[in-house]
Amino acid sequence: MTATIIDYDAGNLRSVARACAEVGLAAKITADPRIVSKASRIIFPGVGAAPSAMKSLKRGGLDAALIDAFHAGTPMLGICLGLQISLEYSEEGDTPTLALIAGRVRRFDFADKRLKVPHMGWNEVKPVRAHPLLDGLESGDAFYFVHSFFPQPEDASIVYAKANYEHDFCCALGVQNYFGVQFHPEKSGRVGLRLIEEFASWDGTPCSPNA
Amino acid sequence: MLTKRLIACLDVRDGKLAKSVKFVDTKDIGDPVEKAREYYRDGLDELVFYDITASSDRRRILLDVVEAVAAEVFIPLSVGGGIRSVSDATDLRLAGAEKINVNSAAVQRPALIAECAEAIGSQNLVLSMDIRRVDSDANCPSGYEIVINGGRRPMGIDALQWALDGEKLGAGELVVNSIDADGTRDGYEITLTRMLSEAVRIPVIASGGAGTPEHLHEVLEAGKADAALVASMVHYGDYRVSELKSWLHGRGIHMRMSW
Repeated sequence: MTATIIDYDAGNLRSVARACAEVGLAAKITADPRIVSKASRIIFPGVGAAPSAMKSLKRGGLDAALIDAFHAGTPMLGICLGLQISLEYSEEGDTPTLALIAGRVRRFDFADKRLKVPHMGWNEVKPVRAHPLLDGLESGDAFYFVHSFFPQPEDASIVYAKANYEHDFCCALGVQNYFGVQFHPEKSGRVGLRLIEEFASWDGTPCSPNA
Repeated sequence: MLTKRLIACLDVRDGKLAKSVKFVDTKDIGDPVEKAREYYRDGLDELVFYDITASSDRRRILLDVVEAVAAEVFIPLSVGGGIRSVSDATDLRLAGAEKINVNSAAVQRPALIAECAEAIGSQNLVLSMDIRRVDSDANCPSGYEIVINGGRRPMGIDALQWALDGEKLGAGELVVNSIDADGTRDGYEITLTRMLSEAVRIPVIASGGAGTPEHLHEVLEAGKADAALVASMVHYGDYRVSELKSWLHGRGIHMRMSW
């Protein structure tokens, strides 16, 4: 089994590849839409800004390849910006995004100016419903976050986990063969590696076999 | 709610772990890759490598160390020491560093902060400041002065002003390192840490002086730091990372407790 990691000039992809290697998932980093179309599973990572990321995806034809792969049922894992871009629109630079999932990406905007943006550091991820990729997650497990924007899907029933930063926000969502996380599993120690390990064997269905 | 972070700093010299007292008299104390692995498994939240040789011909050694650690340590890695350009920063990022610390070169050429923030994102750019206590005067009204080159060269620049300038230029985080407290194990410089934490809106990492768990508690509470950096305390085996975190957690500090 090989994971295809999408390369679209959106930050350091090698840390994701290293985490895959650690859990025995072979990974190939590519910007070639033909390889993406044939991928058996896709990791869509990303650190950076939505406008430049979208520009780079469109330039290489990766946007169409990702949309096709999503509709073809390829298991996909979006991380951070890779999750945000799968929604319809981002407030970051007023950017229309891939629209795999209905919803928007909002900026953290706090009345309390002592709260720091970006939301950076370790925060608890609270599952709200079962998903195969969240198997084994225990109350109090924390993941590493670095972001100034958060996803707000239209359909609340696709939210699988929340985190709290002044208010609760969606930090994991899933639709069919797509699962997206706002945190960085590749930088979140053992609990993060476990999520990637679950992704390595995930068949792309949202229902946990034990649920 | 974000947890407070426990960060271990590994001073690396020629690929070996070194520890200094008040920035002089450095001695080697072990293999940085081995220590990194040990701390990661024991629940460390973040790791900092500081290259205290930082001469360009030795740079390859640091890149190798970072690469080796990034292959098996899956928490944020931060690297500093001798970063003078965007390409120094991006080389280290490719090797596996999440965050880049700039220090002396940024004091000498503040535009370095903006350039690196642009290239790697503010959230990944840390401004590390070495600071000593002075009598307050017109140059240093806060009573704290910036020192560069491993503590050897006082700059006559006010530490509070430099922290504010650094934030404005795009630093995403500050390391506040007290030269007076460094290596003493007598406790962090609480007054300084608190002053800077209250002045900026980016996270502050307190550094220098940790000797007991009480010192960590004090700097995270009274000092208002977001993270506490330790070195000697854990390097010599006096305390374990997990033990420090449990102790803090038991006294009401919000820490990451499962790993």
